[in-house]
Amino acid sequence: MNTIAAISTPAGAGGISIVRISGKDAMNIIKKILKTKNISDFPSHTIKYGHIVGEDGKVIDEVLVSYFEAPKTYTGEDVCEINCHGGNLVTKQILELVLRNGANLAEPGEFTKRAFLNGKMDLSQAEAVMDVINSKSLKEKNASLSQLEGVLGKRISGIKANLVDLLVDVEANIDYPEYDVEEVRREKIEKILDENIVELQKLENSFESGKVLKNGVNTVIVGKPNVGKSSLMNVLLKEERAIVTEIPGTTRDTIEEYLTIRGVPLKIVDTAGIRETTDIVEGIGVEKSKKALKEAELVLVLLDGTRPLEEQDYEILQEVKEKNHLILINKTDEESKIEKEKIHDENVLEISAKTLAGIDELEQKIEEMFQIKEINVNDEIVVTNIRHKDLISKAKEQIKSVQNALKSGVPIDMISIELQNAVQFLGEITGETVSEDVITGIFKKFCLGK
Amino acid sequence: MDYEAGNYDVIVIGAGHAGCEAALSAARLGAKTCLFTINMDSIANMPCNPNIGGTSKGHLVREIDALGGEMGKNIDKTFIQSRMLNTAKGPAVYSLRAQADRKKYQMEMKHTLELQENLDVKQAEIVEYMVNDNHIEAVKTRIGAIYHAKAVVLCSGTYLRGKIFIGETNYESGPDGVFPARFLTESLEKLGIETRRFKTGTPARVNRRSIDFSKMEIQEGDSEITPFSFENESIEREQVPCYLTYTNAKTHEIIRANLHRSPLYGGEIVGTGPRYCPSIEDKVVRFADKERHQVFVEPLGENTEEMYIQGMSSSLPEDVQIAMYRTIPGLEHCEFTRPAYAIEYDCIDSTQLKLSLELKNIEGLFFAGQVNGSSGYEEAAAQGLIAGINAARKVQGKEPLILDRSDAYIGVLIDDLVTKGTNEPYRMMTSRAEYRLLLRQDNSDQRLTPKGHEIGLISEERYQKFLQKQEHIAKEIERVKRTNIKPSEELNAILREHHTTEVTTGTKLADLVKRTELDYKTLAPIDAERPALTKEEAEEVNIEIKYEGYIKLQLEQIESFKKLENRRIPENIDYENVKGIRIEARQKLTKFRPTSIGQASRISGISPADINVLLIYLQTL
Repeated sequence: MNTIAAISTPAGAGGISIVRISGKDAMNIIKKILKTKNISDFPSHTIKYGHIVGEDGKVIDEVLVSYFEAPKTYTGEDVCEINCHGGNLVTKQILELVLRNGANLAEPGEFTKRAFLNGKMDLSQAEAVMDVINSKSLKEKNASLSQLEGVLGKRISGIKANLVDLLVDVEANIDYPEYDVEEVRREKIEKILDENIVELQKLENSFESGKVLKNGVNTVIVGKPNVGKSSLMNVLLKEERAIVTEIPGTTRDTIEEYLTIRGVPLKIVDTAGIRETTDIVEGIGVEKSKKALKEAELVLVLLDGTRPLEEQDYEILQEVKEKNHLILINKTDEESKIEKEKIHDENVLEISAKTLAGIDELEQKIEEMFQIKEINVNDEIVVTNIRHKDLISKAKEQIKSVQNALKSGVPIDMISIELQNAVQFLGEITGETVSEDVITGIFKKFCLGK
Repeated sequence: MDYEAGNYDVIVIGAGHAGCEAALSAARLGAKTCLFTINMDSIANMPCNPNIGGTSKGHLVREIDALGGEMGKNIDKTFIQSRMLNTAKGPAVYSLRAQADRKKYQMEMKHTLELQENLDVKQAEIVEYMVNDNHIEAVKTRIGAIYHAKAVVLCSGTYLRGKIFIGETNYESGPDGVFPARFLTESLEKLGIETRRFKTGTPARVNRRSIDFSKMEIQEGDSEITPFSFENESIEREQVPCYLTYTNAKTHEIIRANLHRSPLYGGEIVGTGPRYCPSIEDKVVRFADKERHQVFVEPLGENTEEMYIQGMSSSLPEDVQIAMYRTIPGLEHCEFTRPAYAIEYDCIDSTQLKLSLELKNIEGLFFAGQVNGSSGYEEAAAQGLIAGINAARKVQGKEPLILDRSDAYIGVLIDDLVTKGTNEPYRMMTSRAEYRLLLRQDNSDQRLTPKGHEIGLISEERYQKFLQKQEHIAKEIERVKRTNIKPSEELNAILREHHTTEVTTGTKLADLVKRTELDYKTLAPIDAERPALTKEEAEEVNIEIKYEGYIKLQLEQIESFKKLENRRIPENIDYENVKGIRIEARQKLTKFRPTSIGQASRISGISPADINVLLIYLQTL
């Protein structure tokens, strides 16, 4: 296999970027581009300080290079990692230099694919790596890590073993009709099925919280124009992202941002002001806002505390009633003119995006609402992978169907078909049965860099 | 003194259940065939249980018949009791089993062989394979006669270096007191063929006059007989009963007290025995908690007083056998005609074979039956049929007939033997078949008769009849699906009678058939337009409609199975080039040379990860 390289840190995130090289030429390439003391003495699993130098002899960046000799490496091949601290541009220059010196650009997921091919991890572990890379919060990372260690695999194997046991009973009865092997009693089958379907149901439910961990709580900030939506978002993001101006309607489109508030991952959609508009360009933004509101799992309604409530505010308050929501009265640092008594809602908080007053309370409230703390990732398994969840659901459906069949008196041979299907589905999670579609699907999903 | 004795297209060695099917099919396909047997009077013998069929084995017999084999027809001519087992557990596992008149079965088969055009049957022991340049050329008999052949099928059963054990005594012997085949194993080994040693056993036979049947449960045959062969629509015959009795604490006590005299526990027997068919001493040791074991008493035929004592196979000394048999109710005064014995024999590691049952390394050398590590008459016959067909086709330069796991139990059997291999005598079981709802015994003809016709074992006349039957079934299924039944007092009376909900609006006839409490037959009175169908046709219609949902489910499973099965692996693949595969997997794949990804995935020790690597490698080709 050829030597591959790619930037293995997400674009733009963090001060340090890593260019990873994997393959038998990894060290040769480093020797060509790294200027350091005594390069020929570079033992495995050590780090050297030096400079990456281009073909023209000019220093591109000051770097740390780590070297891992096969087979005890992530991919199972020789691996070198260049830790550079230039920005995007410098990192890209280094990658290009590496490629010019004999490496091929890694395809999406190729590092992990190689790790998998070299027997470094099983299928569910490989998928979990994906989840770690894509994870947006600490808790999700823990959930992914426990899958990586095969906790989910173990649990699934356990359920699978129970079903296989049952199958064995059923099959023995069929294959030895005349022998006095104990007849599998339908009650016994039903009991085992009940127990295992509960287990599967738990795993399936965990996906919902898992999804929250992974994708973030879909959060929308709504409010009249210039009520301070972008400011609030920036406060929460703790940096200036959205354009903040005094002119109503500057936020012309929705902006999506990911952030974690006390362990709760949020996907925040900043909307254009909800109002009837004649401006066509902003009109599109308003349409999108309404759609975002519909899909939201948390709505933050922002009201301007310095102005009396208007028709539009009432409309918004009415619209979010059925949703998970918080009413935030902004600008408490200025004179209050809002009629608080007219807001008939329990979830009202007063904040100031400018002075940060009430922001702590807001964060605490969000944490309480989503009670992520209760999903104790280390004890409970959280299914975070959609393919796993699908298979669990499918297995559950099969077992349900077996339960119905048993009730309606279908011959025992029939139920073994669905039982076998259930086992098959569970096996696909742990990688114990193979279907080509699975493999193709998984590797298509792998992101660049790992 | 060696001499040139003749030329054949196909030579079959051994005339047991595998050999008979192999010789008949090869000859019927136009190959000039010779069948060798060590003893003309041992043709198609049943040295163990005197019955054909049972769970999954019954399926095999139906499939053999659907392809144009002989076993089904032969047992239909000679059975003395017939039963359909498992009828309460679902149509896919209905299992037909018949008690045979053992001698009559042999005589019928022998005569069929003798009458077969293109076929010679000869008594001789084959002692040597003559191979040139990895092609089989000839075989040599004990007395030096050399017969040339383009293909040879070995069906040696338990004869190869057969050795019988009864207590402290053991001696070289084939089954039922016939000579063993002493020399052929050496010839196989010289050719580099890996052999192994298996063991099996059989219970004593007892004179009927010494049995008190009043202490046993009687087991009658079915009042309505289902024939094995699709050529027989119905059979009327007087049947004889079988009997059931049980072992008890006294029996077990005698066994335990004498275990030290068993060659098995003494270590003289080295061969591996089957787990599913244990000797009585095995059962008592391994299932110590069980207070009693079943003992079935079955007649060997109508013109004999010998009874087969099923469940009491043993290798304990004869005196211990007699003592323990006599503890069983009804057998207190039993007189043995033949003692129980264990038999050890050579067989080959079946993973050396292709799916056609031809050896991978030597062209024209086929193997079928117990020599491949299977057990059972039906398993043997199924392999014999396929090996015979493929030997003839080889000679004729045609592609082999290969049935896969979704085609037939025969496909499952051969794929298991060839791909997975076996560490004990292999018995067919319904649970080995993944797609058994589609591999029913009732639709064997639908699955296989077109293939039988195509290769030339099914006559045009039979094929036309088959097509007609299929048309009747298809048309009727369609009609039932489209027919609406109006609510009526007559209909509701039937529904009440079967304890199912009455109807007030028009209902699809098919939906009524699907109710668990009802079936196609019970609804006949309210189905005015129903055409006259045969019993078999009506049963098919019923199953296809009633279990439509499950059938669809299995069809989907088969589709994904076929995907992997159809991913062919090039014959010249060099596994050294497949990077990232584990060393163990590389060695196994190199040795097995699987023909498809599906087959590769079933080889033991090949992990899903290995298969993924292989899939990815194939993509890069």
